[in-house]
Amino acid sequence: MTEPINIQIETDKLDVYYHKNYVLRDVNIKIPAKQLTAIIGPSGCGKTTLLKSFNRLLEIQDETEISGKIIVDGINILNNKLYVPDIRKKMGLLSQKPYPLPMSIFDNIAYGLKIHNKISAKEVEDLVKYCLEEVGLWNEIKNRLHDPASRLSVGQQQRLCLARAIAVKPEVLLCDEPTSALDPIAAQQIEKLLSTLKRDYTVVLVTHTLRQAKRLADYVIFLYFGKVVEQGTSGEFFDHPKHSETKAYIAGDIS
Amino acid sequence: MIASIFIVISSLVIIISIVIFNGATSLSIEMVTQTASGGFYLGKGGGILNAILGSLFLALPATGLAYLISIGIAMYLQRDFSHHGVSGFVRLSLDILWGIPSIVYGIFCLTIMIALGIGESLLFGIIALTLLEIPIITRSIDESIKMVPHGLKEGAYSLGSTKFETATKVVRKQAMPGILAGVLLGLGRGIGDAASILFTAGFSDRIPTSLFDSTAALPTTIYHIFQMPYPSVQQKAYAAAFVLLIIVLSISIISRTLSKKSTKYVIK
Repeated sequence: MTEPINIQIETDKLDVYYHKNYVLRDVNIKIPAKQLTAIIGPSGCGKTTLLKSFNRLLEIQDETEISGKIIVDGINILNNKLYVPDIRKKMGLLSQKPYPLPMSIFDNIAYGLKIHNKISAKEVEDLVKYCLEEVGLWNEIKNRLHDPASRLSVGQQQRLCLARAIAVKPEVLLCDEPTSALDPIAAQQIEKLLSTLKRDYTVVLVTHTLRQAKRLADYVIFLYFGKVVEQGTSGEFFDHPKHSETKAYIAGDIS
Repeated sequence: MIASIFIVISSLVIIISIVIFNGATSLSIEMVTQTASGGFYLGKGGGILNAILGSLFLALPATGLAYLISIGIAMYLQRDFSHHGVSGFVRLSLDILWGIPSIVYGIFCLTIMIALGIGESLLFGIIALTLLEIPIITRSIDESIKMVPHGLKEGAYSLGSTKFETATKVVRKQAMPGILAGVLLGLGRGIGDAASILFTAGFSDRIPTSLFDSTAALPTTIYHIFQMPYPSVQQKAYAAAFVLLIIVLSISIISRTLSKKSTKYVIK
């Protein structure tokens, strides 16, 4: 395994239990900065749980226990003394089904800007425009910025969620199968965006489609029954898998 | 099944037609623009303006107060703020409070009034109605908040929102149609309740000018008028019931329009 150079997120002996059953066990991974890392594995192997542990979203669910370390920028974010909103602000989230906020398109992006900064209305307007341009939505919706976000198509909603995440200037974008609810064209748009955005952000992508991982990932982590089986650069992983489970998964024998 | 539905629908039709038929005939401009004069209950002139305004002065502030308290409780009951055991206990208490007959709220407030040496007043009428409405409004807000998708909260949290910001700026907006429905339910209960204000707000022929004046309300007026032995006076009770029905209906229409407006932004 080649060591990634700049590490954004590192876990050390990460265990997650849900209702006393383990979901993740002894996860030790390194996620490189400003690259796209794909977390792959069969359904129920703990991909989403791993992703949501990075921004401490797991703790808003009942009966979840987490131990070990998750180190981001040299700090263990599982430390209870830390201010959780600051940790989460660093990590934008794109979920399977887009959930825009129950407000106008404009306010969806302005919301994040306003809760963190005291900025003028003009600055808000400029930043909203910038974020929408970043995700290629500006031209589609510039004339109906004050319509409810719920009126957008699912694909547009997903790009809006990406834009609102970018608005709070995160370091990492956590994407949980962001294309699984989308039609092929909308999915393609998201994939394209993610591969552009990795220049500025560390992208962590959970996906259950191997082809998507192959197309997009620089680095791959393979989870199987809550354990990390293999991790490495995309080239190594797909061309020279070391473990029998990885080989079987790539060959489509386990799913 | 068909028989059950028939009973429900026919009683609705009968109630409304009795109220409209009897009420509309005895309703006059005088009834709604004048307060009850001395001989009103004996068949002389005057109207029920004191009761109409009394009802509004009682139920509107009570519903406002109950809303403020209820939204606080309902927000707290979310998983994000309270421990599972605590919220379960609070919900159980609210359900018990919901089941308590309104006369008991009235007696409870009366006991406090006696202890404090305060007489029947608009203030304590409002307090009694507030207590009556809190469990109703809280439980319906609570239910509508429970329906807010988990993913929406995750989205808000991921932007770095605090629990409070998520609750007040995101969850509240998503749950708004349910919240409005709950408030309407509370207001409907409050404006139509006689038992809780019977001892607390008292009765008066005048429009209250301060919180410490006693006041009439439509339900208590109906109760008092019906006790009079003259059919011509009793007829006026229908007029009062008719006015009450109109008020409740208009509240329902207003809140439906508001509710429609608020669903505009709801994420499905």
